[in-house]
Amino acid sequence: MIRSDVLKTLIPLISDELVVTNIGLPSQEMHLLDDQPSNFYMLGTMGLASSIGLGLALAQDKKVIAVDGDGSVLMNFGTLPTIANNQAPNFILLIIDNGSYGSTGDQTTYTGMKTSLAEVARACGCDNVVECAAEDTKDEVVKALAGEQMTIIISKCESGNIKVPVIEMDPVVIKDRFMKAVNA
Amino acid sequence: MSVNDVIMQAMRENGIDFVTTVPCKQLAGVIEKIEQADDMRHVPANREDEGMGLCAGAYMGGAKPAIIMQNTAIGVTINALATLIQFYRMPLPMLISYRGEVGEPVACQVEMAVHTKALLDQLSIPTYHFHKPEDAHETSAILSHCFMARKPVALLMDATFWKGA
Repeated sequence: MIRSDVLKTLIPLISDELVVTNIGLPSQEMHLLDDQPSNFYMLGTMGLASSIGLGLALAQDKKVIAVDGDGSVLMNFGTLPTIANNQAPNFILLIIDNGSYGSTGDQTTYTGMKTSLAEVARACGCDNVVECAAEDTKDEVVKALAGEQMTIIISKCESGNIKVPVIEMDPVVIKDRFMKAVNA
Repeated sequence: MSVNDVIMQAMRENGIDFVTTVPCKQLAGVIEKIEQADDMRHVPANREDEGMGLCAGAYMGGAKPAIIMQNTAIGVTINALATLIQFYRMPLPMLISYRGEVGEPVACQVEMAVHTKALLDQLSIPTYHFHKPEDAHETSAILSHCFMARKPVALLMDATFWKGA
């Protein structure tokens, strides 16, 4: 399974949840597969999906799912101690770990080599870290949504991309409809 | 009243309830007050661009955020400011310890000080330089202006200002 296959298994499970999607293909694939006002598409700022998701989860009570990538978490490792030390029971960080920079031509990341994000997250103090095969991602997200604790899911999948269009929606429109969904 | 207390009062007047910080010696007093405040959530960040991500998320969740950082952080936050805070049109008050001005004991701090205003100007970020302790009384109006405009706004507070702490 590649990232877009994993995302497909999560629809409609997460369609009504607040979802923050990482820059590039994760946002574009989610936009193509299941565009929702409750999706916040990052159009830039690689690395900050987990930080935006955590800030959102700390500020209100609804569940928040940040769909991040291995390359982006590697870029913003500082996010993991912050997640560990600021308890947001409504926060789920789903890291689609395909061991590559998918949006830029599938260059290998260090998680495709020796580095384990699950081990790093645990070492940073994150309590509830699950690493799973791509096929099991949906089951883990179901469990995390039903639970009452912050969860980091690392979904190990294959590298590869589908063809998707660029998101042309205005960023202020994305933000505005997302904030209305948060308040709904 | 110390400038720390004036800043805290200004944040309260503007309903700021989510503050992320990366420390600086000059900011120690105000950060301690934020940590102790029951009406503000304090989320220390490891890097300032991470902090801006936290503030963006908190803002969309209905909070009124602020970031407290040193001016050296301008160097690591330009992308977050341009592609997140400005592109999506979000308010972000930046309370900045302005190191490298007159009174600075560490030469390296001057290297970023000489670029600070030029970078903020290049980004078209409204910038206010606090030099005297009494300048702190403008904080409340500037914070209000920031949320009205939905833009990042920089308050540069130099060493002479912090003598009022």
